[in-house]
Amino acid sequence: MKNSKILAIALITLVSFSSCNNDDPIAVNEEEVITTVTTTLTAGSQTITMTSRDLDGDGPNAPVVTVSGDLLVNTTYTGAVRFLNETVTPVDDITLEIKEEGDEHQLFFQAPATIGAFTYADADVNGKPIGLAFTLKTGTAAATGNIVVVLRHEPAKSAAGVAAGDITNAGGATDAQITYPVKVK
Amino acid sequence: MQTKIYIVFCFCLFCSLSFAQNTVSGKITTQGGMPLSGSHIHIGTKTVSSDVSGNYSIKKLPAGNIKVFVSYVGYKSVDTLVNLSGDQVLNFTLKENTDQLREVIIRQKANTLNKSLLEQKIKTETIEKFSNQTLGDILKEVAGVSSLKTGSSVVKPVINGLFGSRVPVINNNVRLEDQEWGTEHAPNFDVNAAGKITVIKGASGLQYGGDAVGGLVVIEPVSVKRDTLFGKTILNLASNGRGGSVSTSLHKGNDKGWSWNALGTFKYSGDKEAPDYVLSNSGNREANFSGDVKFTGKKYDISGYYSFYNTTIGILSASHTGNVNDLYNSITNKIPSVVNDFTYTIKNPKQKVQHHLAKLNYNYYFDETASLAVQYSFQFNERLEFDVRRGGFSNVAALDLELTTNAINVDYKKALHDWTLKTGFNTSFQNNFANPATGIDPLIPNFERIEFGTYGIASYDVSDSFSVDAGMRYDFSQVDAAKFYYKSRWDERGYATEFADFIVGENGLKWLVKPSFTFHNISASAGFHKEFDADLNWYSNISLATRNPNPSEFFSDGLHHSTGIIELGDLALDKEQAIKLSTTLQKKWTAFSVEVNPFINSVRNFMFLRPIDFETTTRGAFPVWEYQQTNARLTGVDVQTHWKISKQWQHDFALGYVNGKDLTNKESLIDIPPLNFSNKIQFSKNEWNDLKLELKSEVVLRQNQFPDNNFITNIIVNNELVPVLVDISTPPPAYQLLHFYSEMKFKTFGKTNATIAFSVQNILNTTYRDYLNRQRFFADEMGRNFQIQLKFNY
Repeated sequence: MKNSKILAIALITLVSFSSCNNDDPIAVNEEEVITTVTTTLTAGSQTITMTSRDLDGDGPNAPVVTVSGDLLVNTTYTGAVRFLNETVTPVDDITLEIKEEGDEHQLFFQAPATIGAFTYADADVNGKPIGLAFTLKTGTAAATGNIVVVLRHEPAKSAAGVAAGDITNAGGATDAQITYPVKVK
Repeated sequence: MQTKIYIVFCFCLFCSLSFAQNTVSGKITTQGGMPLSGSHIHIGTKTVSSDVSGNYSIKKLPAGNIKVFVSYVGYKSVDTLVNLSGDQVLNFTLKENTDQLREVIIRQKANTLNKSLLEQKIKTETIEKFSNQTLGDILKEVAGVSSLKTGSSVVKPVINGLFGSRVPVINNNVRLEDQEWGTEHAPNFDVNAAGKITVIKGASGLQYGGDAVGGLVVIEPVSVKRDTLFGKTILNLASNGRGGSVSTSLHKGNDKGWSWNALGTFKYSGDKEAPDYVLSNSGNREANFSGDVKFTGKKYDISGYYSFYNTTIGILSASHTGNVNDLYNSITNKIPSVVNDFTYTIKNPKQKVQHHLAKLNYNYYFDETASLAVQYSFQFNERLEFDVRRGGFSNVAALDLELTTNAINVDYKKALHDWTLKTGFNTSFQNNFANPATGIDPLIPNFERIEFGTYGIASYDVSDSFSVDAGMRYDFSQVDAAKFYYKSRWDERGYATEFADFIVGENGLKWLVKPSFTFHNISASAGFHKEFDADLNWYSNISLATRNPNPSEFFSDGLHHSTGIIELGDLALDKEQAIKLSTTLQKKWTAFSVEVNPFINSVRNFMFLRPIDFETTTRGAFPVWEYQQTNARLTGVDVQTHWKISKQWQHDFALGYVNGKDLTNKESLIDIPPLNFSNKIQFSKNEWNDLKLELKSEVVLRQNQFPDNNFITNIIVNNELVPVLVDISTPPPAYQLLHFYSEMKFKTFGKTNATIAFSVQNILNTTYRDYLNRQRFFADEMGRNFQIQLKFNY
C-alpha cells in the first residue's frame, strides 16, 4: 500500500529529527554589559572615587553606589570616567571601546550649579567632546546634591548646545545613567 | 453499473460569495405529465425527495455552477450542471428506462465542518489588491479584525480583540510555527501565495488545534482543478516608500495526472513617510518562492509543496530607546528623535527572517463517502534581530532563534446520509535553538516541544433548514527548556522554593535551569445553523479553547528596547481557557443584506503583562511588567452590510466593537481595538472596460477603555532631576482616513488580459497615530500613498 509506505517514511523522518539532543545551552559572555561606572575626581593629593556597580545587569538588584569622600569648595578637579564589564573574566574595560568609537558616544554631566560646573577635556576625531576626561570646578559655598553621569550612544553631536554638554537636544540611546550623591564642603 | 463522479469546485479561483444562498424548486413529472412522487433530487450537497405532487424545494445552495441529479427507479436519470445565480425553478421530465439507478456523489472541498459558525472569506480579487502589503493588512477587510502593528511592515491580525498565540495561522493545512508569540513578529507569509483566506472568529476549527482563543486564519493556496495552463503577473509601484513589488505565478491545472503551481515575489521599499517627516529606517525587502507538484490518480492524489519566505524589515530608528528618559522625551516631544533624509538603506535595528515550509500530502478516497489524508510537514524559521550595538557588534544579531518543527497530520472524513464525520490526529516535534553567538542572553531559551492531538467532529443535517455540529479535541504537550537565570532574578521571582528541582547547574552569578512542563488539554465546539424563510439565517456556536503559556509568557526575562520596559515571564503560569459564545444573524433582501455577529468570550487565566515595580540598572530605572493571569471577558459585535443600490452603485459598511475587561482587577484590558467602522461606495460599469471606482472612509474612534499604566520617572531639567509622569497609557485621538481605488480591465491579445489599477491611501495626508501600533510613542503613521498596479493574466 502506497499510503503505508509514505506514513513509514514520515515517521522515520520524525523520529530521526526527534532524536537530536537538547544539549545544554552555552553560557553567553555578555560583552556589552556595563556593570561598573567609576568616576574619579583628582585635585592635588585628593582623589575622590565614585563607583556604581551592578553585577546582575538587567537583573533585579539595584546598582551599589559609593562615593569615597566629600568635595572641597572652589576647587578644580580633573575628572575621568571608566566603564567596566565585571561579569566576564578577565574584566573587560569598555572605556577603550568608547574612546575608539568616540564619534558615536558622548558623556553628559549634570549637577546643580551650587555643586559645580563641568568642562570637557577630550575630543573625538571630529573635534567634538567625548567626556571620558573632564574638569569640575566646584561651587563657592557648601552644598549637597547629585552628580548625574549619562553615556549616550549615537547622540546628535552637532545639535545645538550638545558639544557644550547640554543633553536636551542630544537624542540617541542611553547606555548608562548613574546618579552619585555628593557633598561640597 | 456504478459511475462515480467527483466534482470538485475550484472555488479557490472563482470564489463565490460566502453568503450566496439560493433556493431551487420545481416539479418532477413523467413524459405523460404524471407527477413522480418520491423521486430523488440531488443538488450540490443537498438531497431531497419529491412530494406526492412531484414538487421539491432545496434551500441554502451556493451560487455558481452546481451539479443537479434527478432519479427515479425505472426512469432515466437526469445528470446536468446548472449555473445558479438566484432562486430558480427547475422542472424535470424523466423518461422511462430499465437501467439500474446510477449513483452520484458530490465531493466538495470544505475548510471545516463548522456549519454553526459563519466563516468570513476573502476572495482572490481582494487578496490581489493587497499584493504589495501584508497578511495583517488584508485581514482588516473583515469586520471585527484589526491589526497590531510595529511600524508599517510588521502587521499582526487581531480577531475580536485577541492576537498572537491566540490567533493561529494555518497556511495550506500547516500550522505556521514562526515565533508568533512576539508582538513584533508578523506572520511569515507571502500574501501572493494565498488563493483564499478564511477567518474563523472562534475556536471551532478543531482539526487545526484547540488553542485558538481568539480565532483562526486559514489560508489556502491557488489550486486549479481543470486541464489548463495559465500565468499571472502583478506589478506594484508605491509612492510612499518609493518602492514596489512584482509577483509572478504559473499554474498548470489538471483533473487527473500531473498539475503544478509556482510563484515568485519580490518586494522592495525604502523609508516610508509620515505627512511631516521621513520615518527613518522603515524600509523593507521580501523575496519569496512557493511551488507544488501534484499527481491525481483515480482513487488518490499525492502532492509535494515547498515555500520559502525571506524578509528584511527596518525598525524605526527613533523607536530604539536606551532608558525611560528617552521614552519620556519621545512621548513628550511628539516627533521622532531620529529623522534622516529618505534612503533605501536599512540599518539597525532591523529584523531578518527566513521561513521554509516543505510538506508532503497523500489523499486516499476509499469510496464516494470516505477519504483519508496524510500529511508530513517540515518548517524551519530563522529569526535574526539586529539592534543598535556597541563595540563592533553591529553586524552580530542581538537575537538569533532557529525554530524547527516536524509534524504529521492524519485526517479521516466520512459522509453518511445526513451525517458528516471527521476525525484525525496530529503529532509534532519542535526544537528552538537560541544561538549564543549573539553575545546576549537569549530572550527565548532553547526548548523542545512534543505535541500530540486527536479530535472528532460531527455535523448532522436535522432537516433542510436546520443543521447541528459538535466536536471535541484532546491535546498533549510537553515542553523541556534550558535557560540561564541570574540567581538574583530566580530569587526575586520566588522560584527558589517552588522550582528548585529545575536547577541543574551553576555559572557564576547564574543558575542553569531546565524547566519542564506537561499539559493535557480538552477543547470543544458545538452549535447550530437554522434557516428561516425569507432568507433569514441564524448561526450559533459555543467553543471551549485551551491554550498553554507560550515561551515568552514563561521565560521572558529582560529589557524591551522599544518600550523601555523590563518584561518578566512566570514559570508558575497555568493554561488559559476560553469559552466563546458567538451568534450571527444574517438577513437578505433583494438589494440589501445585513450580518450582525455579537459575541462574548470569557477567558479564565487570561495571560497579560501588568506593571508591578521599578528596577534600577546601570542604564537607569525601568518599569517592570510581569505576565499575570486574570479572568477576562471580551464582548463585542461585528456588523456588515451590503447594499446594491443600482446596477452600477454599491455600498458596503463594516463595524467592529470590542470591550475587554479584566474582571479580577476590575479594569480594562490593554491593547483592545477601539470602535471602528468603514463605509465603501463603489461604482462599476462593465461597458467601460469593467471600470471600477471605489471610495472608502475608515473611522477609528479613540479607545476610552484602557488601564492606567502611567508611571513617574526622574528626568534632568536644568541640571537637576525632576519627577515627571510618563504617559504610556492614553490612547491617541480618533481619526478618519479616506482611500480611493480604481481599476480597468483590457483584453490584450488572444486569451490574455490586463488590469490597471490606480489607488490612493490616506488621500488627505492625515496625521494620526494608531493605538495598536507599538511605535505610536515615537512617530506618526504613514502619510498619503499613490499606488499603481498592473496585473496580467495569460
